[in-house]
Amino acid sequence: MNILELPWLDYALLSTAMGSLWVGRQRDPLRAYSWGLAFTGGALACAVLAWLGFYLGAPTEPGEALGLQRRLIGRVVFALDELNAPLFPAIALIHFLTALATARAKMRRFSFTWSLAAGTLRLAMFACRSPWPLIVLLAVSTIPPYIELRTRGRPTRVFVVHMATFLALLVVGWGFVELNGREAPAPFWATIPLVLAILIRCGSAPAHCWVTDWFEHATFGIALLFVAPLSGVYAAVRLLLPVAPTWALAGLSIASMITAVYAAGMATIQVEIRRFFAFLFIGHSALVLVGIELQTMTSMTASLCLWFSVILSLAGFGLTLRALEARFGRLSLRDYHGLYPHSPTLAVCFLLTGLACVGFPGTLGFIATEMLVDSAVEASPMIGVAVVAAAALNGIAVVRAYLHLFAGGRHASTVDLGLGRRERFAVLSLAALILGGGLFPQPGVMSQERAAEAILRDRARIQGGSGPHHDPATAQPASDRLSSTAGGNEP
Amino acid sequence: MPAAPDWLIWSGLIVVAAPSALVVALGVATAVGRGPSERMIVRWVQAAVIAGLSAALVVLASMLTLGTRHVSIPMGDWVAIPRHYQFEVTFVFDRLSVPMAILSLVLSATIGAFASRYLHREPGFRRFFALYAIFLLGMVVASLAGTIETLFAGWELVGLSSALLVAYFLDRPAPARNGLWVWTVYRFSDAALLLAAVALHHLRGTGDFARLLGEGPWPAGRADLGAWPAFGVGLLMLLAAAGKSALIPFSGWLPRAMEGPTPSSAVFYGALSVHLGAFLLLRIGPILEASPPLAAVVVAVGLATAVLAYLSGSVQTDIKSALAYASLTQVSIIVVEIGLGFRYLALVHLLGHACLRMLQFLRAPTLLHDYHTLENAIGGRLPRGRLLWTNRAAGRIYRIAIEQGYLDGGLIEYVVRPFTRGLEWCDRTERRWTDFLDGNGSRESDRVKPSTVSIDEHS
Repeated sequence: MNILELPWLDYALLSTAMGSLWVGRQRDPLRAYSWGLAFTGGALACAVLAWLGFYLGAPTEPGEALGLQRRLIGRVVFALDELNAPLFPAIALIHFLTALATARAKMRRFSFTWSLAAGTLRLAMFACRSPWPLIVLLAVSTIPPYIELRTRGRPTRVFVVHMATFLALLVVGWGFVELNGREAPAPFWATIPLVLAILIRCGSAPAHCWVTDWFEHATFGIALLFVAPLSGVYAAVRLLLPVAPTWALAGLSIASMITAVYAAGMATIQVEIRRFFAFLFIGHSALVLVGIELQTMTSMTASLCLWFSVILSLAGFGLTLRALEARFGRLSLRDYHGLYPHSPTLAVCFLLTGLACVGFPGTLGFIATEMLVDSAVEASPMIGVAVVAAAALNGIAVVRAYLHLFAGGRHASTVDLGLGRRERFAVLSLAALILGGGLFPQPGVMSQERAAEAILRDRARIQGGSGPHHDPATAQPASDRLSSTAGGNEP
Repeated sequence: MPAAPDWLIWSGLIVVAAPSALVVALGVATAVGRGPSERMIVRWVQAAVIAGLSAALVVLASMLTLGTRHVSIPMGDWVAIPRHYQFEVTFVFDRLSVPMAILSLVLSATIGAFASRYLHREPGFRRFFALYAIFLLGMVVASLAGTIETLFAGWELVGLSSALLVAYFLDRPAPARNGLWVWTVYRFSDAALLLAAVALHHLRGTGDFARLLGEGPWPAGRADLGAWPAFGVGLLMLLAAAGKSALIPFSGWLPRAMEGPTPSSAVFYGALSVHLGAFLLLRIGPILEASPPLAAVVVAVGLATAVLAYLSGSVQTDIKSALAYASLTQVSIIVVEIGLGFRYLALVHLLGHACLRMLQFLRAPTLLHDYHTLENAIGGRLPRGRLLWTNRAAGRIYRIAIEQGYLDGGLIEYVVRPFTRGLEWCDRTERRWTDFLDGNGSRESDRVKPSTVSIDEHS
């Protein structure tokens, strides 16, 4: 038997779950860190093997002798498909790197137990395709953040109100979908609660305040891990997209477009680094949604590429901010700090990951943004202009933050403020992935194209259409398109 | 068109590969935290520029010898989704791209040699050359781009490196502020270019210049676009060019860019970067031909910028700002020439002006010293220019000139301020909402104090 046929996905989940229980017994923060790192590292290795197994054609549902899920719960709930196969190791990676880059001074504050527990839920959520288990996981995954806020003695009401509303709407909406039949287009009264639930979970304006509030009060690492995978987008693709009528997706697309521009604008005026990051996340979450809801092959592929890129680049960007906070505390963007001479690598990584978020050439996000703009203009010039405006504003916000933090003043310090070895490894690993994926994007794009095709085919089956919606202007090779338009100027 | 021989194609590839290798080498060395020594950096820069320049000269000589006016090197699809999306990378060597690439390499070589001494033992020596390498790569890619997407990638690299070099001096807030202003203008020009690229892609189904602008070698192409589509796309291109070349209404960034070190001012804003907008207009010449109203707008923008730049330049009191406006005056005239259809004249003007202006910028720091030496030698003051702006009407013009046409002020007052005020109102509303839900001050960030560790900020 091939080693890749082992149920690595199950082992990854088991690794973080067992790790959470084991690390909870450790009293010494250093020991807890070491064990936490070992378990998240194990989960990452298993996740990568599961991903390799998927792409090399190993069975996604292992035999009964090996499959832990069949033994424990009697059926297979968690499995990889074209959509979640690349996301699963990416999420395990950001958990591992966040744990790895935890500064010694922050080890006592960063709860490895809860981080591992939340990691288990998150990995399970992204491996889950069945609606009700997914809804349960979405609900349960809001508990560790709530406990984090309670433990730290911070206000919880904003978070609780938004998450409770989200869950109530999600359960009501999916309940109506079930009543109507999963294999049929959702009726109006099921669509509206589902759309509202997704908007809240993705932090779409005006229901986005829980994201900024969450970043205000949680520890940065935990806050980052909760938002970076874009769980709301996953819920949208799994639950809403197949059953939602076109008008609902059009409405969601407009709301996401407005959110993307609004959040990008807000990011440019923030005077504190965490709020700036929160708005950057909100804007990118909305941009990913815009592409998904346009329902063309190009836009869907672009969004899935952007999603993967945003996970890695926002995580990298967040880790550099966390490294800065570990040294200087929470940083104001009202004035200039001049930190570059103390930590040039951190400055370079900050800029690289930040620009990767906004789709700078040579980074992972570039092709995704290009494709998204292309498909958005195709759908509606207005959406295209909005996407470009959001990307431009995000770029301004990132460079503004860079200049405020790393330029414009002299910073006096008698201690070394450079990156530690573990932080350097974490940030540079993400930077390498961002650049590698940016310079050689074709394999990633093709993988996401297959996922997009499967998603659109699934939607077409339920909606009664004929298959993936092909972009009218780009549905033939460039040369053919050219010859067919050679006589006129119409697209 | 006959296929180009292999060695010509390889030479063309080296022109792009050499600056790419420089970026990779400097980037990796910086990332791993073991920056190379100054001497090593200079050697790498020399090797890359010499390799790139030699290859470009080989291409030029070969094209002249073979009588070829257009060599296209398709690199294939960077990304392709069959039937849906294509991102082609093609490099083109023609009468426009080859002189521009050679100009970029020659001026960069000069600046590399100058900066290796001028910035010797400066703390930002490595940073300067890392940004220099990105800039050089961006210029070469933009110059040789055979598709509009490739041009966009080079365009963005030039923009980022230029803005970061304006903010090169890290110990004062003014370079950071001015760097951000330059970056903001560049981002809007990038957005315009991206929209133009996408619009062209949808109008013609391709981003390949050869298909967009006609198959004939530059400048003989003919765009197969109607007058109004050409006008719309052309306006976006003009907006992009205006941002990059500091044309009206974006002229205010050019004097701000002088905050950077002299070598970067010389090569970026005096010689190359500021001409990139004019280069774009030269490249899309067939679109200008397809739409006479667009050509008229280009001429009008060029003329207005030339007048304003001349007036503003004549009241500057420091040499770098005066040179910046002199540079802008010439760039504007080049734009007028392009609008009027004099492509070769504009190209020759561009090449000559870039070389002259870069030398003037490099000469500027020592000029004051030479003035003092001369005055000491003759035992008196050197003759000064006569005082202009004596009557009342001239006084008004003087105000306009000294305020640089109120362009920056107008942009700040009527664009930036309403934008930020609106968003600040939204921010306050959000605060009221979260305060209401949390029952007390919901923002810990309010307690984050402005930095107290930044000292000596204005020294």
